[in-house]
Amino acid sequence: MLILTCPYCGVDCDETELGAGGEAHLKRHGPGSTDEEFESYIFQRENPRGVHFERWRHAMGCGKWFHAARDTATLEVFGTYVAQAFEPPQEIKDKITAKRPGWTWRDVA
Amino acid sequence: MSDVVTALDGATFNGTIAVEDAGLTGMITLRGDFASTSFQNAVTGVSGVNFPGKGEVNSVGDRGLAWMSPDELLMIVPYDQTNAALAEITENLGEEHHLAVNVSDARAVFRLRGNGNVIREVLAKLTPADLRVAALPTGRVRRTRLSQVPAAFWFSAEDEATLICFRSVAEYVFGLLRQSAAEGSEIGYF
Repeated sequence: MLILTCPYCGVDCDETELGAGGEAHLKRHGPGSTDEEFESYIFQRENPRGVHFERWRHAMGCGKWFHAARDTATLEVFGTYVAQAFEPPQEIKDKITAKRPGWTWRDVA
Repeated sequence: MSDVVTALDGATFNGTIAVEDAGLTGMITLRGDFASTSFQNAVTGVSGVNFPGKGEVNSVGDRGLAWMSPDELLMIVPYDQTNAALAEITENLGEEHHLAVNVSDARAVFRLRGNGNVIREVLAKLTPADLRVAALPTGRVRRTRLSQVPAAFWFSAEDEATLICFRSVAEYVFGLLRQSAAEGSEIGYF
């Protein structure tokens, strides 16, 4: 069972109160992009065993989207942060580095 | 004019706690910028209670304000004053960006009375929310789910809780609470 803290309400939400939104920090490639970029935007997803960044929605609560950093293998949650972030905040990255030295995720490290 | 009734029309149940239909309750959903002083003034002026902090519910008598999300409040007023309160909010806010809707007839409100620990237990059987006093003290509102449907509840006193759900699922929620509060189903966890 996954328990994430909603950064907006500050409450600890159970997985069943949340809606999963897939991988975080995707950059949209729309009209004018190349076929490769569009394919990557639509289909190419990370599927790591370890550190992962995801989008979640506090569906049965405030209804806001937020980001979460967690370990897919151990379900350890490194932290949650607001949806308006374009990349993981330094504070979250530091926490992950402290626990998983040498981690990388896409071009984030 | 038609006879206005709640979804459960005053149903009550007495088990380990008392579950009752709270009757007609005026409710207004408000969205706006919480940081704006004019929004705060308009809302507190009409409701007559203090602006709630994050996750809080403030109530005085049958009026109240509950924090629903960083940009949403639920205002509780006497049922027959709902439209007047709505008109006042709209007038006070004028051109300021906001949303105010009368949702009185779209929600069902329950009152749970009894031993506070038993009320917590009855709810804890139905929701993943943390119901320990430390996590949900009096005056703190929690939006969560009750079995399969969304709901919100708060303790107005340690022996009384208010629960709000959608009107369409009122019968379902009443059924859940009846079963959860059935005689002989006490666990004594809290």
